[in-house]
Amino acid sequence: MSLDTAVVAKAARLARLEMDEGRLDYFAGQLTRILGFIDTLSAVNTDDVLPLANVSDITLSLRADTVTEGNQAANILANAPESAENFFVVPKVVE
Amino acid sequence: MAELIEGRTGTWEIVIGMEVHAQITANSKLFSGASASFGGAPNNNVSFIDAGFPGMLPTLNAYCVEQAVRTGLGLKAQINQTSVFERKNYFYPDLPTGYQISQFQHPIVGTGIIEIDLPNGVTKSIGVTRLHLEQDAGKSIHDMHPTKSYVDLNRAGCALMEIVSEPDIRGADEACAYLSKLRMILRYLGTCDGNMEEGSMRADVNLSLRRLGAKEYGTRCEIKNVNSIKAVQQAIAYEAQRQLEILEDGGTINQETRLWDPNKMETRSMRSKEDAHDYRYFPCPDLLPLILDMTEVERIKATLPELPDDKKHRFMGDYGLSNYDAGVLIAERVRADYYEDVAKGRDAKLAANWVINELLGGLNKADLELDASPITAAQLGGLIDLIANNTISGKIAKDVFAEMFATRQDAAKIVEDKGLKQVTDTGAIEALVVAVLAENPNEVAEYRGGRDKLFGFFVGQVMKKSAGKANPTLINDLLKKHLGDIG
Amino acid sequence: MSLTDLTIADALTKLKAKEISAVELTQAHLDACAAHRDLNALITETPDLALKAAQEADKRYAAGQPMPLDGIPIAVKDLFCTKDVRTTAASRILDNFIPPYSSTVTKKLESSGTIMVGKANLDEFAMGGSNTTSAFGPVINPWQRDGKPDIKLVPGGSSGGSAAAVAARMAMGATGTDTGGSTRQPGSFCGIVGVKPTYGRCSRFGIIAFSSSLDQAGCFTRTVTDGALMLEAMSGHDPQDSTSAARDVPQWARNLNANVKGLRVGIPREYRVDGMPAEIEKIWEQGIAWLKAAGAEIVDITLPHTQYAVATYYIIAPAEASSNLARYDGMRYGVRVEGENLVKTYEKTRAKGFGDEVTRRIMIGTYALSSGYYDAYYIKAQKVRRLIANDFTAAFQHCDVILAPTAPESAFAIGENADDPVKMYLCDVFTIPASLAGLPAMSVPAGLDSQGLPLGLQVIAKAWDEQTMFNVAKAIEDAAALDVLPHLLRKAA
Ligand SMILES: [Mg+2]
Ligand SMILES: [Zn+2]
Repeated sequence: MSLDTAVVAKAARLARLEMDEGRLDYFAGQLTRILGFIDTLSAVNTDDVLPLANVSDITLSLRADTVTEGNQAANILANAPESAENFFVVPKVVE
Repeated sequence: MAELIEGRTGTWEIVIGMEVHAQITANSKLFSGASASFGGAPNNNVSFIDAGFPGMLPTLNAYCVEQAVRTGLGLKAQINQTSVFERKNYFYPDLPTGYQISQFQHPIVGTGIIEIDLPNGVTKSIGVTRLHLEQDAGKSIHDMHPTKSYVDLNRAGCALMEIVSEPDIRGADEACAYLSKLRMILRYLGTCDGNMEEGSMRADVNLSLRRLGAKEYGTRCEIKNVNSIKAVQQAIAYEAQRQLEILEDGGTINQETRLWDPNKMETRSMRSKEDAHDYRYFPCPDLLPLILDMTEVERIKATLPELPDDKKHRFMGDYGLSNYDAGVLIAERVRADYYEDVAKGRDAKLAANWVINELLGGLNKADLELDASPITAAQLGGLIDLIANNTISGKIAKDVFAEMFATRQDAAKIVEDKGLKQVTDTGAIEALVVAVLAENPNEVAEYRGGRDKLFGFFVGQVMKKSAGKANPTLINDLLKKHLGDIG
Repeated sequence: MSLTDLTIADALTKLKAKEISAVELTQAHLDACAAHRDLNALITETPDLALKAAQEADKRYAAGQPMPLDGIPIAVKDLFCTKDVRTTAASRILDNFIPPYSSTVTKKLESSGTIMVGKANLDEFAMGGSNTTSAFGPVINPWQRDGKPDIKLVPGGSSGGSAAAVAARMAMGATGTDTGGSTRQPGSFCGIVGVKPTYGRCSRFGIIAFSSSLDQAGCFTRTVTDGALMLEAMSGHDPQDSTSAARDVPQWARNLNANVKGLRVGIPREYRVDGMPAEIEKIWEQGIAWLKAAGAEIVDITLPHTQYAVATYYIIAPAEASSNLARYDGMRYGVRVEGENLVKTYEKTRAKGFGDEVTRRIMIGTYALSSGYYDAYYIKAQKVRRLIANDFTAAFQHCDVILAPTAPESAFAIGENADDPVKMYLCDVFTIPASLAGLPAMSVPAGLDSQGLPLGLQVIAKAWDEQTMFNVAKAIEDAAALDVLPHLLRKAA
């Protein structure tokens, strides 16, 4: 199986990674190689096998509904590339 | 009928499914300990978890889970013992982690039912497909800078219930009735305050048209930002017309997400959703499956309040109220409770009249909510007691009510202070009757000549002479006696 | 003996006896950090904070109330958030990030009295097995091929800086994280102990996530006893991590017992892979012989799905990573590269911010989760993951612990293995299965190969049975009785 660059471009677009033609070609080659290796999994019979998302045998514990954090806008914004009036400032969002 | 729309080539049916996002009433957010309260200075109710900082992990709020279960039970829905949080992946500046933690394949609540009440008195069942828990996004503000958006994450991470209906809704009236009923149920349950202005309840409308009688659904559009009952009405009217024109011209509907613009009164295609989205849902590896303790579910069920439909039927059955009156009284849980306090041990229909006509009318005029009412249920009951035991007439009672509304005083005190006590002394009333008849000889003659209608005139005159305080039954009896005597 | 050659256990004895001070011990390690800057083991050095903390430790010793690891200098992998100290994940995208909070593990270490000398280099976002993907440049292994000091060798990865720092005596211990072998393989390459506990033993809170269902904090030390001491300080339930287990932390160091008499040691036959170098085979046989001589019962076991573990891992880990790394978008923290609109800003920020290996994995993960491929890749991999976990459950019916090589090779030269990602990924063939099963596993130095490079053996135990893992590792450590310094330190010695 060989991935064409359109498929790679779609993944790059979904992942918000800018890629020029050269990079798309490069990653098409890399992904083809890796996915070819991964396709060895198709040899495994997994009929009637349940997917395993997490090995943990514990049950999800829940938190009490109390307010424990907040009033720290300065800390939240301290690393922001751009901020104003306690807002994060980002390039204009198009609806 | 509003569920149909007429075109040049025929009649079309407006088919609607609704997705309602209801913010859960809770102190803290779904996955963090930041406050879930509305408003506040920008980015003040934000934890590092909500802001998607490196290494931060979600922990699930137990009360939000309980609220979702409570809502599911209120919708008579299937409660799923195991549900799974998944990540819905997309980039947006008000979505700090780059994914929304939601439930996809395994929601906490499955199918349920909402009975809606239509204006013609008919009720209709709308299927609920599912209810799932998810986190809210922050807010992007676009009008503070020409080329920048400002992002406030206070709302990011607040708990939402997304309640999805089947495409069982037809037309705008049903859609409004559905939204109103859902809002009422959530408010009864105390799981969402239903405040659409503050965004704690937001509706997406999925709308398609099909020719009347057709079995297949047409292609639908999802309309977002429909955030008031009025907007539901307007957006559906606009969108149905838009689709109608395309279809009647032989065109096809593009399945897309559209935005309702309440200023321009139109829906328009959302450019940000133009890419066919591929959300890449997968189980959130930071959270294990949520497994409910079913004895806890039973406990919640046992403490569920009486819900609007049950209450309405009980009011009609136990109190003999009309469908309309019962509907008005159960619209809000506090209103129904108020009514029942008034009606307890009293004439239930009389109580309903006083609550609906005088109290709710008065509050409405004064622009007050019931919880700010100047007259308590006990006080209104006291007033009705005075009518029932003939202390005052219904007419005087209205004056007393106005005085109570203005001064917050008890009815008995007002009656006492103003000397409004009804006159039940037969001798005193008889004297007034005799006097009235004597003063109006012509009318007496006409009455005797067959003008029965004049009886009311005599009643009014006697009442007037008594300054409204004479007992009307006694006036009636004595007038009949004297008019008959003479005759 | 130099202060930097002390083990943690010995240093604690001397500190308690007031033979040495925490400030002296810390200063000696800070000097070593300065002397070995060419190794590029640390991204950020924190000498001022370290000395201040050491003074506090000395006060506690003076007051007779020291904390369990008081005054012990450690390095912290730069994947653990440390309050007010730059934390980069070795990525350009977090070049300027200063967390306003600390990870639970580093908090625990701090409240045990350890002294942080700096933030250790790593593969970018812990993705790699050679520490060559760091935006801050590769880390150099203090070990060299005998007689070939010009060939710079990798320390392994992803926790390469941590391992190199401990091997070069810049720190007495270091934190690492292990997603598919990132503590065990560098431990083997650097001739030190590398420990990964059971999944859920250490909190992941505040550790920059790579693959949440696999990531576990671990540690590097030069002895098994030290590894037990350090892991104790790092472990424990944390309500801020929903996958952290509410289990008591045993006193592994105190209960350490190298007596393996009667213990059933499983030898997985599938780990004898085609083309395994004879020297790896030899060290494994040596380990088996030592344990047998010590009275252990050697049991042949089967882990039939072993050959599928690497492929399984390279779906699950990138899939989770593609989502975990979505937050690095230049909006709230980190580096932003402006584009002509929002989407371009995202795309440029992430393209410039991430290196090739991270990009590769985000691409695989995005592809594997995208519609049309989800079942074929992601769900399939999760199913095979279950089969791999089941293999271990079945095997542990017949044995108490498993012995295997840590890596199929010794440290290789920087630039080797870089041409083919699959070849690189296959280096993790022995470490990935235990990661997929969430089991505790560690690498313990067992010997040197013909080039004079260290080789480790891997001990894999049942979930939550770190004690047996440490005990067996201790038996190997005792039998191997290695007393060889890395080449870099020899002329100084
Ligand atoms: Mg939706
Ligand atoms: Zn939603």
